[in-house]
Amino acid sequence: MLDYITSYLGMNTTPGQAGNIFWATVYILVVFGGVSVAVMAMNWLERKALAHFQIRLGPMRVGPHGLLQPIADAIKLFTKEDIIPAEADKFVFWIAPLIILCASFTVYIVVPFGPTHAITDLNIGILFMLGVSSLSVLGVVMAGWASNSHYPLIGSLRSSAQMISYEVAMGMAVVSAILMTSLNKTGTGTLSMIGIVQAQQEQQVWFLFKFFPLGLIAFIIFAIAMVAETNRAPFDLPEAESELTAGFHTEYSGLRWSLFMLGEYAAMIAVSSIAVTLWLGGWMRPFPNTLSGETWDLVFSLVPGLSFLGLALIAFIGVARMPKHAYFRIQTIGLAGFGAVLGLIGLALFAPPVRDRIQDIFWFVAKVAVFMYLYIWYRATFPRYRFDQLMKVGWKVLLPVAIGVLILTAIVGVIF
Amino acid sequence: MTPVATPFFFYLLSGLTLVSGVLVITRKNAVHSALALIFGLLAQAGLYLMLYAPFVAGVQIILYAGGIMVLFLFVIMLVNLERSQKEAQFNKQWLVGLLAAGALGGLFVAVYMRGQGLFPEHAPLPLEGSNTQQVGVLLYGQYMFAFEIASLLLLVAIIGAVVMAKKRI
Amino acid sequence: MADPITKDPTSYLSHLELGEPDKTFLDSNELIINMGPQHPATHGVLRVILKLDGEKVLGTECVIGYLHRGVEKIAENRTYTMFNPYVDRMDYVAAVSNGLGYCEAVEKLLNVQAPPRANYIRVILTELNRIASHQLWLGTHALDIGAMTPLFYTFRDREEILKIFEKYCGARLTTHAFRIGGCQYETYEGFEADVKKFLDFFPPKIDEYEELLTTNRIWVERTVGVGKISAADCKALGVTGPVLRASGVKWDIRKALPYANYSEFDFEIPTGQNGDTYDRYMVRMQEMRQALRIIRQAVERIPEGPIMAKVPKVMKPPVGEVYHSIEAPKGELGYFIVSDGSTQPYRVRVRPPSFVNLQALDIMVRGALVADVIAVIGTLDIVLGEVDR
Repeated sequence: MLDYITSYLGMNTTPGQAGNIFWATVYILVVFGGVSVAVMAMNWLERKALAHFQIRLGPMRVGPHGLLQPIADAIKLFTKEDIIPAEADKFVFWIAPLIILCASFTVYIVVPFGPTHAITDLNIGILFMLGVSSLSVLGVVMAGWASNSHYPLIGSLRSSAQMISYEVAMGMAVVSAILMTSLNKTGTGTLSMIGIVQAQQEQQVWFLFKFFPLGLIAFIIFAIAMVAETNRAPFDLPEAESELTAGFHTEYSGLRWSLFMLGEYAAMIAVSSIAVTLWLGGWMRPFPNTLSGETWDLVFSLVPGLSFLGLALIAFIGVARMPKHAYFRIQTIGLAGFGAVLGLIGLALFAPPVRDRIQDIFWFVAKVAVFMYLYIWYRATFPRYRFDQLMKVGWKVLLPVAIGVLILTAIVGVIF
Repeated sequence: MTPVATPFFFYLLSGLTLVSGVLVITRKNAVHSALALIFGLLAQAGLYLMLYAPFVAGVQIILYAGGIMVLFLFVIMLVNLERSQKEAQFNKQWLVGLLAAGALGGLFVAVYMRGQGLFPEHAPLPLEGSNTQQVGVLLYGQYMFAFEIASLLLLVAIIGAVVMAKKRI
Repeated sequence: MADPITKDPTSYLSHLELGEPDKTFLDSNELIINMGPQHPATHGVLRVILKLDGEKVLGTECVIGYLHRGVEKIAENRTYTMFNPYVDRMDYVAAVSNGLGYCEAVEKLLNVQAPPRANYIRVILTELNRIASHQLWLGTHALDIGAMTPLFYTFRDREEILKIFEKYCGARLTTHAFRIGGCQYETYEGFEADVKKFLDFFPPKIDEYEELLTTNRIWVERTVGVGKISAADCKALGVTGPVLRASGVKWDIRKALPYANYSEFDFEIPTGQNGDTYDRYMVRMQEMRQALRIIRQAVERIPEGPIMAKVPKVMKPPVGEVYHSIEAPKGELGYFIVSDGSTQPYRVRVRPPSFVNLQALDIMVRGALVADVIAVIGTLDIVLGEVDR
């Protein structure tokens, strides 16, 4: 048994490509479980970070510093009454959140956490991701229609119009990044996610900085379009509370609504993974070309362990600041335990065999986490775009700039 | 990469496509028909994958299931279709329809039986990894003119749609 | 929606020219939508009936009265001093201004002058209340447009003002700070120090709000050109306050018909040019800075002396009527009091600025989109307690 595991660790392809069903299943479970945990963590982080932006504390009671709040929310949502509107089409009403959920989760098959750490590596990886994530538009349209009430219908039509408008700009920006993959020695580009990061590795530059500022502009276009794609602030008019229509998920309650939220957060993480893979170098560590060499490799390989130790330190500072009262004893112990777990993970990440393998996964997840924080930051800071302004930005600003960047990238790529 | 359980997947995907096709034409609710069509198109994408054409499969998902079907759904949902749900499922010409469908089916079977020699027994398996490249080379090299004409046609359609709808904005 | 007396179902909406009421949403071009009394964005119980063509607004109708408490009728059965606390409850956000207007109106009727020290205290508290009212306006207006964070910042800073009020008269919101003839409470130990501390604490906060919003392109796009009203329309409707000043008319009752001792202070009247939402935003931000200027001058020059003039215990003003108006944070707040010589007024009519400003809603949102209606309601700065009384 142990030999089987250790023999697998020496493999050099993804399990999907190798046709290894057992390991592919293991990877699928790990990735999907990881995404679910990440969604719950994102829920907690959003409430806490938003609260701190607004000079308040956020959830503090359910678990130390609200760490168990997502679990409490999940329990609440599961136990709520399942209300279906009277004249609603039951089948479509039931299937709409499932479509969004499946579309958002299926894209994780090709997300590359490392050169061999993906479930599989389709050679149309990026095309697959864009295509399947565009299937969630169907779910949105059906959710609004099945609610049989014209406010959700208006909200869902607006939301889906917004999503398909920004998909065009997203696609153009993605194409200009794909163009850059063809500029390596062999002269052939690739659509596969792992291939894109490997192209960045060969060219020793993150595509963000390639042909400066073209890569940067393409990245900015994609970053704006992905916020609009996932219906997040400042493009969240279809689901805002102070507008006339409360959005396509008005009539959904309890478990079904939580499926929508799960799908939305999973879609956020998925498009952030696309951005990280295409422009930010995927699993590569920062400064691959300027700070290269053995010592710098070693320094950067210590960062995962140090970051977990830093988190543990923050947890222990929180423990020290807890009020010394009998009511808070359980919370203090819980937070101390959490800090201890983080510290142990950090120490474990210093061990050389773990350290080498965890590098890729850590850098990828850290970059995606930066994007998640940016999402929350946007939501706290920006007012909302009006719908016609939103569409104007998508069609009249982002799309022409994206096409221009594409043409310029192609020209520059041919010349140099 | 060796294919796994080819007959099983082939029968599964084609069965799903057939079932979806039947559901499309038998459902009274137009939205259910559209959903069944989406399902059938996704199953067809799977069939393309089995034919070692991943690019075509990806494009099928993006364009057909994710684009055209969304368009269909928009139209279905914005048009008041309640009247059609109360109509009878089969009209008076069902016998003629059955005969015509049977004749078409017989034609297909006859073509298959007579033309079995046309399809080689074991086609050379194309390289899976180069499907995108091959399609790109063909499309932008040999068939460039047709590609440009097709995009011009789409542009005319878009402009026409915008002009026709513009009064209501 | 039927008129309760004539039972005519469309009387409320007659001027909106309703078509067939059975047409479904998907069949007709025009849609009647009700932003009902319960709505997160209408700042109180305001009902707005919108006639839409798709997304564009063709006409509006405001239905008010959900907060009518019969304040003016109650006034006829209370003595002048007993009515004083009721006045705070009308515009509950700027309660001090309401009290100032009423006390000064009755003082005019009684022909009594408040002593100078009382006037200084009144001006300081009224200007502090102006800042507090504008802060609440800013937080809620930004929240309607989608920026969640300024709400928390403005409410946190408003706490400092409310602490001063609480230390002075015991209440934060409905302060009942003034009495007819002056002030009842002497300023507490450390009042000037607190106010001076606030004067140093607050200007960086205004800069913080401006940093978040003034040059933010999304804010600019949501507010520039939205809800335009011309100066002529303002004057025709009787709109006053920052709405009028943002349309370019330099009219402020503190300068035009000075009351209390505003003529002793040196301050400016900020005006705008276009009369759109962005100009109203800038005007109110500038007003907050000017209010700080007034407070700074006042707190350095508070004279010693009595705080209450000689006012009879049983107030029986001579027969007559008086109209006295002040510049409340929302506009011209006027009190028309008719006295018949008894201890209770014969009639108290309040001219609330929000009630008159709300008429401008229809002109401002014609041709705009639905999302703009919410922005415009926010920028008019209406308080339903004042509109309905």
